[in-house]
Amino acid sequence: MKKDSANKTPVYFFGTCLADMMYAESAMAAIRLIEREGYEVIFPMEQSCCGQPAYNSGFPDEAREVAWKQVEIFSKHDYPIVVPSGSCAGMMKVHYPKLFKDSPDLFIVKRFSERVVELTTFLHQYANAQYVDKGAPIKATWHSSCHAMREANCIEDSKALLSQLSNVELIELERERECCGFGGTFSIKQPEISGAMVSDKVADVVATGASVVLSGDAGCLMNITGHMDKENISVKGQHIAEFIWERING
Amino acid sequence: MASNEKFNFAQNVAEALADSQLRANFRFATDTLIQRRSTVFASPEETNFLRDVGSSMKKDVLANLPDLLEKFEAQCTKNGIVVHWAETAKDANEIILEILNENSAEKVVKGKSMASEEIHLNSYLEEHDKEVVETDFGEFIIQLCGEPPSHIIVPAVHKNRKQIAEVLAEHIEGMEYTEDVDIMLANVRSTLREHFKTADAGISGVNFGIAETGTLCLVENEGNGRMCTTVPPLHIALMGIEKLVENVEDIPAIYRLLCGSATGQRITTYFNMISGPRKKGERDGPKQVHLVLLDNGRSKIMNDPQLGDVLKCIRCGTCLNHCPVFTRIGGHAYGSTYPGPIGEILVPQIEGLDPKGAIASASTLCDACAEACPVRIPIPELIRRMRDESYGNADPSKVALSGYKRSCVESMVWRGWQWSQTSPVMNKMMLKGLALFGKWIPKVGPLKAWMSVRSKPQFGKNSLKDLVKKEGVRHE
Ligand code: SF4
Repeated sequence: MKKDSANKTPVYFFGTCLADMMYAESAMAAIRLIEREGYEVIFPMEQSCCGQPAYNSGFPDEAREVAWKQVEIFSKHDYPIVVPSGSCAGMMKVHYPKLFKDSPDLFIVKRFSERVVELTTFLHQYANAQYVDKGAPIKATWHSSCHAMREANCIEDSKALLSQLSNVELIELERERECCGFGGTFSIKQPEISGAMVSDKVADVVATGASVVLSGDAGCLMNITGHMDKENISVKGQHIAEFIWERING
Repeated sequence: MASNEKFNFAQNVAEALADSQLRANFRFATDTLIQRRSTVFASPEETNFLRDVGSSMKKDVLANLPDLLEKFEAQCTKNGIVVHWAETAKDANEIILEILNENSAEKVVKGKSMASEEIHLNSYLEEHDKEVVETDFGEFIIQLCGEPPSHIIVPAVHKNRKQIAEVLAEHIEGMEYTEDVDIMLANVRSTLREHFKTADAGISGVNFGIAETGTLCLVENEGNGRMCTTVPPLHIALMGIEKLVENVEDIPAIYRLLCGSATGQRITTYFNMISGPRKKGERDGPKQVHLVLLDNGRSKIMNDPQLGDVLKCIRCGTCLNHCPVFTRIGGHAYGSTYPGPIGEILVPQIEGLDPKGAIASASTLCDACAEACPVRIPIPELIRRMRDESYGNADPSKVALSGYKRSCVESMVWRGWQWSQTSPVMNKMMLKGLALFGKWIPKVGPLKAWMSVRSKPQFGKNSLKDLVKKEGVRHE
């Protein structure tokens, strides 16, 4: 099981439940990007979901059980925990301590939360990743997930990585700071409002003239590309990790 | 509350979304207000510092509220203001009616007051044969239409200029249709002047009550507030008990936060500091000033450390402007005095969760409101709390009618989800199941909702866990 790991700094990887269900390739690209910087990625197999769906839907006890499972699994070592999602990283960093505020395990949870770091922040700030773009010229636009922006605070890191790709012209959305309408269970509990929001977001994407919309969050991507697909809009949606991995490998 | 019987949030939402003019009006208005706010709060450091000041100021006030209220009452009384305590909305309405009756006041001019909307004062007074005239321009318009406000700062924001022109042409005698704002304002002004001259009493809200000095502060732009509180012989002010500040020195910061957040102004055109009735020898001002202090559930809210945060609110309305849901559905859809994010966390607490708890579902928890709130109320956290309370899952549940949404099916779904996310075997089975049979999941329930505007989700053949193993990533 153990591959050549001599002298490499180990980091944990939390893939997210959406990666397991729909975005495995994106998460795999994220792992490759971390390894490329000379780290050894360790993937605990019992990991699942950060617990956010239940946490946001009025079921804190179920969320706490699922959260505790992650805390346990990732507390065998004090390695950083890299998460390819601003939203899940925000949940684990900002909300876990609140979820356990009355628990005797709070200090364990806090130690866990302190180690959580969003993928692009890790690549940019910790690993100082440098990229050479081997792809053809392309116009891309960027969607900031709300929790990436307001909880994980990783948007500058994401953009700093993208700006290294010399053939990528990044065109900003007019309403970059506005939510795409996903909101987890919101999208099925308030489908009409969610629909109005995502159709506005897609109109904004189309107006940029970009051929691909990038994001650091699979949830938003699933929402935006799902709507584009239904409307037969040919703009592609891609997770930033997969996009960078493809660009630097030509 | 009577209006609750007909409250159907899903239907309200559907109707609002179908009205493209309404959506355009709200989008235009909220864009403008956000933009104006950003010019006043251009420096993030300064703004965040100011928000810290505002937040801790209100926190301190709430921590010492009983003492401060006593001090405030004593100071007001000393200033000649008659103080009344109203435990409920009904009490407040009755007290106000009684004051009017004692003074044989039949006609009332009103300044803008959300507290008066909260207690449905206008309809109560009208039921008791009083004439009530709203004098804020926006409130005046919606009163003509018989509508409630759709925004706590800009009550007629759901109407554009053309629609307002139509309302005025229809209701103001001798006025012809015009979209010229100056002409519209001039006409309304001269109509209102007559009302000010003939009113027996003026009713206003209070933005800040200063405990140390017993002063009532009123923030406004049109001068109608000053007219209401100075021209008629009787002034009645209605104030929520949480609207206190401790000292005069607290005013500049909180005032700047309010103006900047509400309308993107550095200062408003008028800032009234009312410190009592006309004194001997003075030639103007009301002969009597009454203050009605409204509880209406607030002291109960205050008892819970988390729920109590909602009482820091200074009613600036910026959380409405920043809310992507409010911008889409507008204020009326919430069917409540307070719409948008502040409504989602306040209304269920005042009116009970059933049926108003439903409005707490209208949020993606995007945090845009909390990022803008001048007193740093953690609005999304309180929305989550409303959701927990709705299912009876808060520990302990404190909001009235908590658990109204409890359902065996939904509880079982979440239990099942928990199992699939804590048991590796179940997790594996679930992922395998999705990969193999995902495309045959019938298009009903949640999937149907998802697919109303999106194509069917494509579940991957491999889970990340499969790939990790295949590609030789170290796993444990
Ligand atoms: S909750 Fe905050 S942002 Fe919303 S109205 Fe109150 S003070 Fe303003």
